[in-house]
Amino acid sequence: MTAVIDNTSPAPAMVPLLSDLSSVSGRRRNKNMVMTVLMGVSVVVVGFVLLLVLITVVRKGWSIVVSEFPKWFTKDIQLSPRRAGPGMKAAIVGTIVATATATVIAVPLGIAGAIYLNEYGKRSAFARTLRFLTNVMAGVPSIVMGLFIYVFWVVPRGVDGLNAFSGALALACLMLPIVVRSTEEMLRLVPQNLRDASLALGATASRTTLTVVIPKAAPGIISGSLLAIARAAGETAPLIFTVGAAKATNWNPFSGTNTSLSLQIYANAKESFPTAQERAWGAALTLIALAFLFTFGARALSGRLSRTTES
Amino acid sequence: MALALDDLKSKNQTADRAFRGATLAGGATIVIILGLIAWTIADKSRLAFKTEGLSFFTEPRWAPAANVYGALSFIYGTAVTATIAVLLAVPVSLGIALFTTQVAPSWLKRPIVAMTDLVAVVPSVVFGLWGIIFLAPKLTPVFKRVSGWFHGVPVLGRIFGPASSGRTFMTAGLILAIMITPIIASISREVMETCPLTDRDGALALGATRWEMIKGAVLTHSAGGIVGSVMLGLGRAMGETIAAALVIGSSAAITANVFSPGDSLPSVIAFEWGEATSDVKRSALIAMGLTLFVMTLIVNFVATAVVNRSMKRMRGES
Repeated sequence: MTAVIDNTSPAPAMVPLLSDLSSVSGRRRNKNMVMTVLMGVSVVVVGFVLLLVLITVVRKGWSIVVSEFPKWFTKDIQLSPRRAGPGMKAAIVGTIVATATATVIAVPLGIAGAIYLNEYGKRSAFARTLRFLTNVMAGVPSIVMGLFIYVFWVVPRGVDGLNAFSGALALACLMLPIVVRSTEEMLRLVPQNLRDASLALGATASRTTLTVVIPKAAPGIISGSLLAIARAAGETAPLIFTVGAAKATNWNPFSGTNTSLSLQIYANAKESFPTAQERAWGAALTLIALAFLFTFGARALSGRLSRTTES
Repeated sequence: MALALDDLKSKNQTADRAFRGATLAGGATIVIILGLIAWTIADKSRLAFKTEGLSFFTEPRWAPAANVYGALSFIYGTAVTATIAVLLAVPVSLGIALFTTQVAPSWLKRPIVAMTDLVAVVPSVVFGLWGIIFLAPKLTPVFKRVSGWFHGVPVLGRIFGPASSGRTFMTAGLILAIMITPIIASISREVMETCPLTDRDGALALGATRWEMIKGAVLTHSAGGIVGSVMLGLGRAMGETIAAALVIGSSAAITANVFSPGDSLPSVIAFEWGEATSDVKRSALIAMGLTLFVMTLIVNFVATAVVNRSMKRMRGES
């Protein structure tokens, strides 16, 4: 102990001190090591699970997607689950149509809501309540969104209500809070002096928002919207009640039943026929590829954004 | 000239006000939609409550043929699977968050964050497919062995009871745990990153090991945010439908045995919907949606409040 106190540079002396406290120090150091290893292990575990899922999907889905190559993307779905062979065009089209329609509805609304929160409402009581409700809405289970659209929109229209547009409404409910939250986050990053400069030049608040704030935040807004799209494209529960069950391609969102990749995975996963399960894996591969594409696009955009704001 | 300027000004003001109104309308849709969800779903549940009364929540039997609609076993299943998911996901998520913020060298941080985010990108139905076809058959012998170990042990013997299939409460809990790990890990990480450097350096300067520093400085500092993130994960686990529906086994059961097939609120709604032809049955399923909505609403309400409060306090402190 005295050696430590006498030492003028305590830092190197700390090391022998710790080892001097023989039994206590050893236990503390062991505990530290065990906990550090456990932290590392948890990272490895999740990485392992992710890799296992991805490898399984690619390995089992690859053969049906590439066998007789373009057929997976150009043929409608086999009518009988027992029949082998590719064909997922109807589901790919359905996913694209429903997700695109949902994007058209949710993204403008969400951006408008975020502009209100960040540019007008700011810290007012209503804006704070709205922010809180946005977080609450983000936690509403997707199946409840599906039930809501079924009761509110599909039931009054009867059988005609089962179409891609109804599904898109449910997906839009899911996307809306995500878009609002990410857009507001991006608007908050726009420096206040840009707004002040524009206002000082005589521009109105709306003009400032539209020509100065939004363009500055655009990459971030697009990136957040892409993440919301990726999330919506993978959702199943909101579509079960709303789009019906079709096996033929239908580009029209407003009439006729439709289907989606997620619905096809769900339906085929429940089948015991290997032919159906093979199609489920193929659809899973297609869906994951689609979701990752949007996510990497969003990452590339947000990476560019952080570089432009840094410089 | 002055007149023209005034004219211009008022025109501009009208446009300005219209724009403000439009953005307000965008924000207000959230309030409107939330209100509509509550109102329409509650309205359509009335028939079920009229038929069953409050015993809807206490009746364990679900027998549409006998006109008995009880939600208790599904509420139980939701609670059990969500609890298993949280118990499994919390240690792993906190481990990841601590590793990224306290242990990992800076070049390793981004890859770990990106990897955790990728787990959140995988659609839930893909986890369900993987769970039912790949994981469940492999888990059956594991479950059997574990239940053998605990056979005859007082409490644990009943929790880890006999296993006959791979589609169980436990399987659903496992899949849900994978899905909520990125949520808990990313929010906890953000909270831990706000831990003041002075707290950490102070603890280390007093001779604490890294783990003691984490316990004393980081975890104490982030406790509120971590609790909030866990509750957000719990809310997500309760509401997750498709993955659970595929692997839970779909048989209404109230049992302490986690290796028994069961059912949960969202999964029974998804599963029974296609066969729901009578008005009462549909109404009962919608009433279960309402129950789920209220349950997640409470959890998310509290979680959001907890996270907001701890974030605000931390900003105030630092």
